[in-house]
Amino acid sequence: MSDSREQILNRVRTALAPLTERAPLPDWDRDLVVLREARAVTDLWAHFAARLKAVSGTPFATVAELVAYLDQNNWRHGYCDPALWPQLQSAFPASFTVETEFDRTRVDDYAFGITAATGAIAETGTLVLSDRGTSRRLAALAPWVHIAALRREQIFADLPAAVAALPADPNVIWVTGPSKTADVEGILIEGVHGPGRQIALLLG
Amino acid sequence: MAKQPLDQFVAKLPAATRTAVYQATKGTHEKRTKMLLDQFADADQLRRLAGEIKQHVVENLDTYLPQVEAKLKANGAQVHWAATGEEACETVRQIMQARGATKMVKAKTMVSEEIELAHYLEKFGIEALETDLGEFIVQIDHDTPSHLVRPIIHKNRREIAQSFEREGLGAYNDDPETITRRARAFLRHKFLAADVGLTGANFVSVESGRLVVVTNEGNSRFSLAAPKCHIALVGIEKLVPRDRDLGLFLNLLVRSATAQQLTVYTEFISGPKAPTQPDGPEEMHVIFVDNRRTEVLASDCRAILRCIRCGACLNVCPVYRQASGHAYRSVYPGPVGSVLSPLLAAEFATKADLPKACSVCGACNEACPVNIPLPDLLLRLRDQGKRAHAALASAGTPPMGGWALMASNPSIWKTALFGGKMIDVVPHKLVPVPAMQAWTEKRTLPKWQGGEFRRWMKNRKKS
Repeated sequence: MSDSREQILNRVRTALAPLTERAPLPDWDRDLVVLREARAVTDLWAHFAARLKAVSGTPFATVAELVAYLDQNNWRHGYCDPALWPQLQSAFPASFTVETEFDRTRVDDYAFGITAATGAIAETGTLVLSDRGTSRRLAALAPWVHIAALRREQIFADLPAAVAALPADPNVIWVTGPSKTADVEGILIEGVHGPGRQIALLLG
Repeated sequence: MAKQPLDQFVAKLPAATRTAVYQATKGTHEKRTKMLLDQFADADQLRRLAGEIKQHVVENLDTYLPQVEAKLKANGAQVHWAATGEEACETVRQIMQARGATKMVKAKTMVSEEIELAHYLEKFGIEALETDLGEFIVQIDHDTPSHLVRPIIHKNRREIAQSFEREGLGAYNDDPETITRRARAFLRHKFLAADVGLTGANFVSVESGRLVVVTNEGNSRFSLAAPKCHIALVGIEKLVPRDRDLGLFLNLLVRSATAQQLTVYTEFISGPKAPTQPDGPEEMHVIFVDNRRTEVLASDCRAILRCIRCGACLNVCPVYRQASGHAYRSVYPGPVGSVLSPLLAAEFATKADLPKACSVCGACNEACPVNIPLPDLLLRLRDQGKRAHAALASAGTPPMGGWALMASNPSIWKTALFGGKMIDVVPHKLVPVPAMQAWTEKRTLPKWQGGEFRRWMKNRKKS
């Protein structure tokens, strides 16, 4: 395959050789891509929560609200990141079964998965998960409900700020609302392969 | 005179398909235009800027490709190079063979369509399952996608329900939600059982070696959460110089493709999973695919390599809206396909009609988020087709020999100008020229004015 490497790079060089000058790399101002409405935001959580709702996500500012929501919907069996569970446990009544190990052989047993977010973007209602900060990729994806626990100071104002702060982590994923498709006749359906409900829980 | 192949296709297209494609493309286009104009102070500046950055990348691939290769390796990925489509397929097969892998889940990648990866792997007993809902339906129907972003824009729910019933995915039910739930239940066990997850890449940052993959359904995330090996197929033109450029390109790509602010899942991958992470690939392979892209790079159409596959040019194109994707007989349809498909084809002549299936209205150029001068490129390829005497390059065009003779001979021209007056009196239907009859069927000719200029010139000299 190293032959192909040389072959391709040679072809690239040959193709570009006749160019007397190459197009320069323009620099650009980050404010160009910041939405008008996102510029004057002061309360990042409030703006994030509004944007999350706009993409059919659900923000909760307290654990009690979250538990009531899950209870109402009969979602009482789930997974929680073992690092988060000690601070959440007291809010969950005994009718809930919450595991701190995620067993991939029975993904459909978990109605919800609670994992930590490593950031959020107010401008877009986006939650940021990463390999080092989020306990299980599958637990944040396979259950019908995903709850990302977030702290106020983790919220970025806009998308360029989140790009600039991409952590040194092999995998970072931005999650903007529940999984969705419009493949069948353009009709929007939520909950395709990932969660049908995307929740952000403010921890403080 | 034979009609051009695209016209022949359209003549047989069911009216319902045409209406569906028209409405879907028009709707997305209008929504995305409104969004760009409402949300940004100067949306046009964004796409011009993005065009300049991508043109810079294309013209500096000789520097950037070795740089990004080094970054990817430092990040722990294995880098492969494939000069042809078949070599790319074979590289995938060898990676799988080395791991004893027989099951692959595929996220949506246009390169894999281009190189017909799934068919290749099937021959070796490897299951390569499409997991994007639209692509999954295309696969079970042995069909091909007809839009870059919405592969089954040409199908309705009844056809899909019949396919699901046939494949044993439940009794006939054409409710889109039921269809989606059934695909969810079926495919999640495929994800969990798969050995390899295959994705493309929307962008690769040279600065950090991060691959960026965007999806809405979460299928690419599942492909990178359950299997232990990740293979990414990447066209050599997919690079962006800096991480910060991703902020620009993501904003443009997603709005242009689906009129969303951001896709549901935007994933930044710079290597195998973190050691502390239980899920995800322990091994990551990136295959850079040439497959004639270097020939495009050497041509005067290299600006097409800026393309970020958003489909905006399809959605705005008056020809695509009437014709739909299969009319282009290529993986890449619409205006971008009319440029790219003949250039990527094994033989240019087999697709030489595509650049001509266009009215050069320029809407695609205006919609393009990387400002590709598509009409210019189409004209260059028309020229190339004529010079190569490709038969398809003239399909549907009236012979112009008589015109050439007339226009290059002053006395014949003068006579014709005089005789042209006859056109005002002779009923057009009686003129025994099929092209003339076809033209006047839907149009009214203005009164003959030939010779006016000559008379004016003559009189002017006198006075």
